[in-house]
Amino acid sequence: MASSRTPTLADPKPSRLRIAGTLYRGNEGMWSWVLHRISGIGIYFFLLVHVLDTSLIRVSPEAYNAVIATYKNPIMGLGEVALVGAVVFHAMNGLRIIAVDAFPAATRIQRILFWVVIGLVIVLMAGFTPTHLANVFGEH
Amino acid sequence: MTATVESPRTPYAYPARSKGRRGPNLEKAGWIFMRASGVVLVVLIFGHLAYNLLFTPGGIQAIDFGFIGGKFANPLWQWWDVAMLWLAILHGSNGMRTIVNDYVHREPLRRIALGAIAASAFILIALGTLITFTFDPCPAGASADLLPSFCPIS
Repeated sequence: MASSRTPTLADPKPSRLRIAGTLYRGNEGMWSWVLHRISGIGIYFFLLVHVLDTSLIRVSPEAYNAVIATYKNPIMGLGEVALVGAVVFHAMNGLRIIAVDAFPAATRIQRILFWVVIGLVIVLMAGFTPTHLANVFGEH
Repeated sequence: MTATVESPRTPYAYPARSKGRRGPNLEKAGWIFMRASGVVLVVLIFGHLAYNLLFTPGGIQAIDFGFIGGKFANPLWQWWDVAMLWLAILHGSNGMRTIVNDYVHREPLRRIALGAIAASAFILIALGTLITFTFDPCPAGASADLLPSFCPIS
């Protein structure tokens, strides 16, 4: 006994995305968890910097304008698209987590809900990115 | 065949909560706070991004001292930003606490990391709140072309 695994319940049917040997077998549940952590850590460190740079409004108009000018160069402009993408994903996935915690029905469709989150992120970023990139790269 | 199973009740970052334990359940309070603050932050941050980067003509290019001066002339935006500051710092710090508890297994290092997170949270909340409510949109001696249009010409 004990040498072989004898499951009493059938294993959940793995999706096509399964990557054998990784934690949680590489399904949607693992990727939403990983992306939630990574996006959260990224947003946290940006938040620390953003409170400090905004605090320069109390120093002088020149000091604030100098630091905010760094946000206007094209490389930072692309970084802002990534940052807003991280915020939008973290927000939508957070709402998915609340739904899965609160409603048993959401638990049963958690795999679909992950793809709903990805779809909402794509739609919201399609709304944000053209305007923002036009502001970053356009005439001003 | 016998197997030794380690006690599942060993002291760790998340001690098991027995029925005999008294006092408020802080981990449960934190769990609820992450969800409640998360929903509010979706509204506050989406509003912040939409107003500053999408609805303001020029978006990121238009943000300067004069823009902030005009925005903070409205108490709604002051309270919006202070609510966002408190909730975002507390939500982010509690998330970082969870991650440190998950990955930092050396106790002294874990305590240092948690202390740094708590200190950062305290300093940034105090700094940001003070600055939002003591902000002077028309500082004396500043060049008029850097200031909001409502400032008196000196």
